[in-house]
Amino acid sequence: MADLRELYQEVILEHSKAPRNYREVKGADKKAEGFNPLCGDRFTVYLQMNGDAIEDIGFQGSGCAISKASASMMTQSIKGKTREQAQELFDNFHKVVTGQSEDESALGKLTVFAGVSEFPMRVKCVTLAWHTLQAALDDKQEAVSTE
Amino acid sequence: MTTAARLPREARSGIHEVESGYNAETIRADFPILNQQVHGHKLVYLDNAATSQKPKFVTDAIVRYYEHDNANVHRGVHYLSERATEEYEAGRRAAQEFINAADPREIVFVRSATEGINLVAQTYGRKRVGAGDEVLITAMEHHSNIVPWQLLCEEKGAKLRVAPINDKGELILEEFEQLLGPRTKIVAVGHVSNALGTINPVAQIVTLAHAKDIPVLVDGAQAVPRIPVDVQALGCDFYVFSGHKTYGPTGIGILYGRFALLDAMPPYQGGGEMISSVTFEKTVYNKVPHKFEAGTPDMSGAVGLRAALEYLNKLGMENIAQYEHELLENATRKVSAIPGVRIIGTAKDKAGVLSFVIEGVHPHDVGTILDQEGIAIRTGHHCAQPVMERFNVDATARASFGLYNTKEEIDALVRGIQKVQEVFG
Repeated sequence: MADLRELYQEVILEHSKAPRNYREVKGADKKAEGFNPLCGDRFTVYLQMNGDAIEDIGFQGSGCAISKASASMMTQSIKGKTREQAQELFDNFHKVVTGQSEDESALGKLTVFAGVSEFPMRVKCVTLAWHTLQAALDDKQEAVSTE
Repeated sequence: MTTAARLPREARSGIHEVESGYNAETIRADFPILNQQVHGHKLVYLDNAATSQKPKFVTDAIVRYYEHDNANVHRGVHYLSERATEEYEAGRRAAQEFINAADPREIVFVRSATEGINLVAQTYGRKRVGAGDEVLITAMEHHSNIVPWQLLCEEKGAKLRVAPINDKGELILEEFEQLLGPRTKIVAVGHVSNALGTINPVAQIVTLAHAKDIPVLVDGAQAVPRIPVDVQALGCDFYVFSGHKTYGPTGIGILYGRFALLDAMPPYQGGGEMISSVTFEKTVYNKVPHKFEAGTPDMSGAVGLRAALEYLNKLGMENIAQYEHELLENATRKVSAIPGVRIIGTAKDKAGVLSFVIEGVHPHDVGTILDQEGIAIRTGHHCAQPVMERFNVDATARASFGLYNTKEEIDALVRGIQKVQEVFG
């Protein structure tokens, strides 16, 4: 049986209550909106690039504990990374949370989300901010949707 | 020989006698799906407003139809086709009697309540509504009673007007009345709100609209399974409901329309069944209701729906309504007593739906934690985003009750909510 405590780990609850980098980045040169039409979760991700590197990142919006904590921890883990490094991290993260891989070695603190793979209905929550980040990096004008 | 009389005796024994009083425990035995464990807990199914479970009486009827009676309807002269036609038309009469329509021809089989609304919007609506006209709905409608009208209004250059609701989730009748203007061509209103549980005063709404010669469509998807419905007493012009929310199968719904209106309406979809003669120059349409039933219909669905309505009749809609009202009062009292929980939708007249939010916890997280306790509720916007906006929430958690739920299950819900608060403590 999937364990609730695996899903709602302390660190996740803590981030959901006090999300990091929860702000608009003034003068951001990239920004995108992400939306999950099924549950109404909605986030905006702001990026300040320095060449190919993500110099600053912030997010705002509303969503469940999983989506908010994921957004918060995402901002911490990709700040300072290059676009390619961010993409690679998302690929690894995606494989783990969808149960396609158990290799959590590259995830660092993000391993706390591995438990989501036991809750398929919540995969969209945990990846919403990441899809939004991707859209911002790709300069997508339209809001990305999980559907 | 009537079809009902031909049903094997054992097939009719799956309905409990309720003369001795309503007993949810014995009723539950009719629903095999309820007897299971989810995540190591007894299943507590509180998502009846999304879809209801089916008694074995219904699934048996569908199996029996396929094993004994299946053939295409209104086509062949052979024995089985005749039987299938009889079964199908018996479904129509069952729906007619259940909502007390005056004539079986006023009952059109559709795929769902949603399709019923679309049918009216696309046929009656397209004929009646023109540029500058208005369609009036309420602020508590399900998307299925908003979007078909928006599509119509966009096409015609008409305006969708929305009658407001108060903080309890009740329609403000005075404002509704004021919005009934010279350009209002149709009123579309839910009987029972799926997100709030509000029972709308449909008879009063109809009286106000008819005073200005405006026809009224009622979305009864949440009402027909919960309260007695009499379309003649309500006086409405159109009424829709779905099979699957009414303890029947998915894929079938009912559109009721007053005969004169249906008769004057253009067809909806073209195809077989809806014609009386076809040449490449001209097609003569079939009579009401077949005019609106293009293609091979959902015959087994009609059989299953009839069984469901028969099942409900046996329990008695008055009994069901009263029992669910007790459940709702019990749940409202217990859930609202939990600190940090707010109930959304506190209308004086309510049926079977309890929407709530827990301070500091997103409804999606509530849903996941309750699911781990075996409790199935719906979380999200309930296909009623404007309602969420009206109450300044992104989403709610919604427990909705059915005829088989018990007070013990409400206690389980209360314990589940307390568990949510522990996890997020």
